[in-house]
Amino acid sequence: MTLLAPVEKPAPPVEKRPVRRRVFGYPRRASVWTYAALLAVVAGSVFPLYWSLVVSSQTSEAVAQVPPVLVPGGHLFDNIARVFDSTDFGQALLNSLIVSGSVTVSVVFFSTLAGFAFAKLRFRGRKVLLVLAIATSMVPQQLGIIPLYLLMAKLGWTDHLAAVIVPGLVTAFGVFFMTQYLGRAVPDELLEAGRVDGCSTFGLYWHVVLPAARPAAAVLGLFTFMQAWNDFFWPLVVLQDNATVQVALSSLASGYTTDYTLTLTGTLLATLPILVIFMLLGRQIVGGIMQGAIKG
Amino acid sequence: MRAALSRLDAKGSPYLYIVPFFLLFGVFGLWPLLYTGYVSFNDWDLLDAGEHTWVGLANYRELLGDAYFWNALGNTLSIWVLSTVPQLLAALWIAHLLNHRLRARTSLRMGVLLPNITSIVAVTIVFTQMFGRDFGMINWLLGIVGAGPVDWQANTWSSHLAISLIVAWRWTGYNALIYLASMQAIPHDLYEAADLDGANQRQQFWRITVPQLRPTIMFTAVISTIGGLQIMAEPLLFAGTSTPTGGSDRQFQTAALFMYEQGFREFRFGYASAIAWTLCLVIAVFAVANFLLTRRIANDEK
Repeated sequence: MTLLAPVEKPAPPVEKRPVRRRVFGYPRRASVWTYAALLAVVAGSVFPLYWSLVVSSQTSEAVAQVPPVLVPGGHLFDNIARVFDSTDFGQALLNSLIVSGSVTVSVVFFSTLAGFAFAKLRFRGRKVLLVLAIATSMVPQQLGIIPLYLLMAKLGWTDHLAAVIVPGLVTAFGVFFMTQYLGRAVPDELLEAGRVDGCSTFGLYWHVVLPAARPAAAVLGLFTFMQAWNDFFWPLVVLQDNATVQVALSSLASGYTTDYTLTLTGTLLATLPILVIFMLLGRQIVGGIMQGAIKG
Repeated sequence: MRAALSRLDAKGSPYLYIVPFFLLFGVFGLWPLLYTGYVSFNDWDLLDAGEHTWVGLANYRELLGDAYFWNALGNTLSIWVLSTVPQLLAALWIAHLLNHRLRARTSLRMGVLLPNITSIVAVTIVFTQMFGRDFGMINWLLGIVGAGPVDWQANTWSSHLAISLIVAWRWTGYNALIYLASMQAIPHDLYEAADLDGANQRQQFWRITVPQLRPTIMFTAVISTIGGLQIMAEPLLFAGTSTPTGGSDRQFQTAALFMYEQGFREFRFGYASAIAWTLCLVIAVFAVANFLLTRRIANDEK
């Protein structure tokens, strides 16, 4: 194992900056108009989120005004308290955390395992199986929801978090993403050396591949977590009485009379965890998408 | 013995590593979709799995004569076109803007991507508030320029427009980053040569950038087709009630939402499955057609 100890860390591709060729002046320098247009686009991106902060910090009376109030007020914490009073929002947050957390760990583990096999091991049918795995990401899974529901009813899993966790344990996107990354990041010589030292294939996975996969695993983990946190249709169907955040939010929004200060406060609370992750690791997320990420 | 074990490990273990994926995907991803076909040939109205009778094509026959289904399909296509075409064009433009030497590059990219990380539910709720008839921000803005207040949910065109905006808002930045990534891979000497030939920036954008992006554009067109034709959460929540009819006259009920209504409100699993399979077929046809169309345009330009 001594040979394997100093595992060479591959340069994390998400951080890689493109070589700027200033000699020729490409890409071109941005003009004032380019900045102005981009700032307008970003303002349009941010505004709805800002607006949910504005509404959720006002009283209901202040929101029902023309012209509307455009700056945050001082009632945010009152409204948050009302959200927790009117639905079991704490339980919903906890449920979403459990679902997203376990799905993330599992997707990263299984994707790295399969990605290792596809990228670095030789076996019969490798190409065909890889194409098959990638093709599965095109399947409109949402349309298989009725048999899936029947299955969950049979297993007695309706209203149990398992009904949402188990179908999410693997994704085709994850396998594709890790296959691509490991193909580049793990040198074959390192694996050969490990084999000479008598390492089993799982030993190679554990001691060589997993450490080398860390940067990509982090990006995949981020994507998976956000996607699981935001998932709506399937949890809506199968978790009627044990809601995740998105389901709780949707029932908050579809009452007989809609209280917007209440629903937009819920929206803000449901978005906040994702927003914090994005603020901290946005650079990696942007990098992951630009590395050729396809939505899963 | 050791050698044999090691050979077994080398030959057999790769399958062991990919089996969890195929097994789980098979059971929870592929099997349900195929079994939907079987359910669709049955009268399957109760939750009890034993209570169903084979009816052959009856569900499909009913579906083809169901005005609600054709309405939902029409709405789906309308919302899909209204959201996808402007979205991809805007994404192309934003990617072009981002493809400059910029200060605060990462922050700008993050700002553009922000809508994509928020949930459909959250986004739709906020926009539904902004599209409110009486106190909504958008009607207030329209009022300033002298246009009358619009009851966005009430009409077909206005509801389609609003829902398309919600969809496009969430996906434009994501597609822009995909386009930006392939723009960065275009060789610089192409632009250099064009500069020497005196082509202006607009010409360079349409004659070099866009043709070079064709594979990526094809890819995003197919992906947006598969996603766009399955839209259901936006119209469900845009109504502001829990009724999945997509408005009082079903003016913005999509096909996937119709499936949800028939399956989980009417509990007509057989009929809902027939909707699912038909929609699946529609998606496949449109995805292939889109692929061929974008490829053909690419070839014509050469």
